[in-house]
Parts: sequence; C-alpha cells; structure tokens
Amino acid sequence: MDLSVTIAGVHFKNPVMTASGTFGSGKEFEPFIDLNELGGIVVKGVAYEPWMGNAPPRIAESYGGMLNAVGLQNPGIEAFIKDDIPFLRQYNTNIIVNIAGRTIDEYCRVAERLQTADVDMIELNISCPNIKHGGVAFGTDPDMAEKITYAVKKVSKQPLIVKLSPNVTDITEIAKAVESGGADAVSLINTLLGMKIDIHKRQPVLANKVGGLSGPAIKPIAVRMVYQVTKAIKLPVIGLGGISTGEDAIEFLLAGATGIAVGTANLIRPTATMEVLKGIKQYMKQYEVKDMGELIGVV
Amino acid sequence: MCIRLEKARGTVQIHENKVIAKDTYELVFIDKTLASKIKPGQFVNLYCYCSSRLLPRPISICEVDKKQGWIKLIYAVVGEGTKEFSKLNQGDSIEVLGPLGNGFTMENSKSNLIIGGGVGVPPLLELAKQLQGNNRIILGFRQEPFLVKEFEQYGEVFVATDTGNYGYKGTVIDVLNHFDLKGNSLYSCGPKPMLKAVKEWAQIRGISAQFSLEERMGCGFGACVGCAVKVWKNKHEFSYKKVCMDGPVFRGDEIFND
Repeated sequence: MDLSVTIAGVHFKNPVMTASGTFGSGKEFEPFIDLNELGGIVVKGVAYEPWMGNAPPRIAESYGGMLNAVGLQNPGIEAFIKDDIPFLRQYNTNIIVNIAGRTIDEYCRVAERLQTADVDMIELNISCPNIKHGGVAFGTDPDMAEKITYAVKKVSKQPLIVKLSPNVTDITEIAKAVESGGADAVSLINTLLGMKIDIHKRQPVLANKVGGLSGPAIKPIAVRMVYQVTKAIKLPVIGLGGISTGEDAIEFLLAGATGIAVGTANLIRPTATMEVLKGIKQYMKQYEVKDMGELIGVV
Repeated sequence: MCIRLEKARGTVQIHENKVIAKDTYELVFIDKTLASKIKPGQFVNLYCYCSSRLLPRPISICEVDKKQGWIKLIYAVVGEGTKEFSKLNQGDSIEVLGPLGNGFTMENSKSNLIIGGGVGVPPLLELAKQLQGNNRIILGFRQEPFLVKEFEQYGEVFVATDTGNYGYKGTVIDVLNHFDLKGNSLYSCGPKPMLKAVKEWAQIRGISAQFSLEERMGCGFGACVGCAVKVWKNKHEFSYKKVCMDGPVFRGDEIFND
C-alpha cells in the first residue's frame, strides 16, 4: 500500500505529522520513537527573538482534554536554526517550521531568515489564543488574515501553510481569505479558547485566566471544520484536533484532509504518532485501500 | 522502530497500595529495570484508567530497592486522578513512565540537613538513605506525621506539626532555630512557602541548598513546556525552565528571587 501524499509540492512518505507545540523540535521524542517514520515534524512555534512565555500555572486538565496557556515560549529563530535544524536533518522526514509574531513585520522577519535555512515548509501561526498581541488577532479577521498571508508569502522561499483558528463564526471565510492571500495549504484547527475555575480558591486555574482547549474533546469540531474548509477552498488541508488513534486520523482524511497531525496525544503517550500510523495501515489493509487518494475527501 | 522500553509507558503490577496517613497512600510495585535507573529526587508518571483524565500524575519516588526491584511511591489524594489510584488493589496493574527528572546532586558533605514538609517528605527518604555523612532530618506536617520511623534509620529526626499533637509545635524553621541545627549541605522538598523560608534560612548561613519543586505538569518529559518555573541568572534576569526536565531539583540561589 502507498501512504505517500503531496502537499503544496512537498512529498510526504505518509500523512502523519506532529502538531506544533506538542512535539518540541523532536528531541524529547527521540528516546521513544524513530523519527524517520514520521511524514513530517511541525516544530514548536518560533519567533524572531526569544519569547519568555506566560507565568505558571500554564496547564489544566479538563474532561477529555486539556487547557494550555504556555504563551509560545521559544528560544528565537537563531537558536532554532543553530540547534534544532541540524538535529532534525539527521532524520528522513519533512521539517515544517511554525512561525509566530506580534506584528506582520515580526512574522515576515522569521520567514525571511528561513529563506537560507534547510527546512521544507513554513506554517504561519495566526491562531494562538495565548498571546496578547498578534497570533489569533490575525486569524479571526478575514482582511487581516489575507493581508498577513500575502505579506509572509512574499518573503517565504518555502511553501506556506496557514494554521487556522476555530474561534470564529465561519471558518470558511478565513480559509477563503488566506487562499486569496496566496497560501499554499491550510492546517486546522488550533485550540479552542476555554477557561477553568478553581471553585475552592475561587479563581481561574491558569495564570493567563484563559487557555487553548485541545485533546479528544475537540475532535468532532475539528472534523466538521476540516469538512467545511475542504469544500470551500481548493488548497490542500492538514487536519488536526484531538487525533489519538488511526481511526481518528481516518475520519479527518475522509473529511478531506490530505495530511493529519497528532497533538495532545503525544503528551500523553509519547508513541502516539506511531500508533496512529499503525492504525491507518490497519484500516487500509482491512478495506483493501491501495493509496491515500482512495480515502481523502470521499465523504 | 526503536522504542527504548525503559522510557516508554509500561504496565506494572501493584504489589501493595495502602493508606499510611489521612489521604496519604503508599504504593509499591516491582520493576527491576526501572528500579536500577532511579536516582533520589526523581519521579514517575502514573496514568489514570479513566480515559477522560488524559494527563499523567507525576509522583515522586520515595524509596527503591535495586536488588529486589521494588519501587515505593507515596502520594496524597488531591483530586479525581489520585482518588482513582487510591482504589487500586494488590495485583491490579497501572501504567508508569519513568524515571523522569534529574533528582538531587549528592554532595559529599560531612553533615547534611534534610528538610521535608507534607507530601514533600517522601522523595527525601531515598536521598537520606544514599547520602554520605551525618544526617539531621527535619520533617514538618500539618497534623499527622508519616515515614518518621523509616527516616530514623538514616539520621537524627526532628518532627514539627502545626497543631503540636506530635513532635514540636511550629514550623521546620522553628525547629532549626530552636535546636541551632547546622549542616554543610541542605536538601529540601515541600510546599512553596516552606521552601522559601528554608531558602532564606540557608542563605543567611551560607549553606549550599537544593530544592525540589512542584508545578502543574502536562507531559512530564519536556514536550509541552507547561511546568514553568522562574530560574534566575542573577538578581534581575530570569527565564522559565521546565520543572520536569530541568528540575525538579534546583539550586537555592537560582529560584524564588522575586
């Protein structure tokens, strides 16, 4: 069977990737899995300068999911290029750099700096709900989304994926806007904005008060949005949101995603990506599927 | 696929799981490979049966017997996850990942002060066992002490309780001052206010001190960057480090500077 897919001209040996922010730059998972087995590694969001991140507590559990407000703590693009790219390049997998910023100019500077770097794709993070400026502000307004996509695309050498926020009334509007802005692909969904209150202390659990909800709890929303977006635009879609098993991944592929990413499940079972890949293969064997084209978007 | 089994999530059988104080349980399981790798101050992730509770519960390792391969954990029931653990019986299985974190750096000092408070007491037992030199052990509890006998094998033990129903009425600092206790190295684990007071006490006396910290964790192995703690380069500059990977033990001079 052939598991390979092509997204914006980039070949993937299989559709399984990692969701940004749940896999670091891969180093933490090297003791658990063979990184060569992954279709691609989407690294934790990188900004131009180092970012400190939010005050703790940053994590809270909720029913079937978790809330996080890490706030894109990262060492900055120079440290990433120096330390993480050489590590990742030891493996036969695509490197996708998730980029973050507070202003259009900041995003552009990261993409520009990556022009000479050995990476395969860029993922534009306009959907992080945990930072005060930038992030989701660009991802919830169609005009802003188009504008930033256009600006970053102009200075990007690698194909550009735009990661969409589910915290909108109509996600297809944003998807259409980034398509007109010149995106090569979209990924969805980022986390849903949520909140948890400690009833004994009578205060929010997270220091940031609100955070992004992820995990199995959000999967049906993600599947629905992937379905809507693949019907609304022509760009390839990378689907994510609560994928923990091969069956979950198949749902996203049937809904129209060309690639899928495993997120929160990595934090719970460091071998989750391998289990998802195995599950996809099992499904294909069971239904005698020869290549991914027989699955993608058939629903 | 190259899974290194010692770090993958694995299933172990529970040898014993019993209450030792109010809402405090002792859980013993046998895993020789895991036991052979453990250093004092490290922890393991325990996973819940209920799949709606996704996140692991990080539990510090209290004691280990490398020969027989048993590992003892002591945990407090603080929520639904730990409540689930408390209901497990001998022979039941539980998923474990570890050992995680760096543990204490054992200095070769002539005399050690070991200071624990509440659920911060257990990880100090294996440390007390392995440290060279003369141990003075100060344990603080709200009301009901535990592990006192076990600690007595490894040094002179002083117990403080808030209520005064056992040992000395007061805090661990009151005990340190009252008995004018001294040591070349200090190791501590417990609630944050206690750690802050112990840090100040040690700093004034120029005693090298290490503290094991707690923070809400996501994964426990460095991926989610959830368990952040301020680590100070100097009086004015800090960065957030991960309690799970960079800690859980930190030097006194690099924490609590604000």
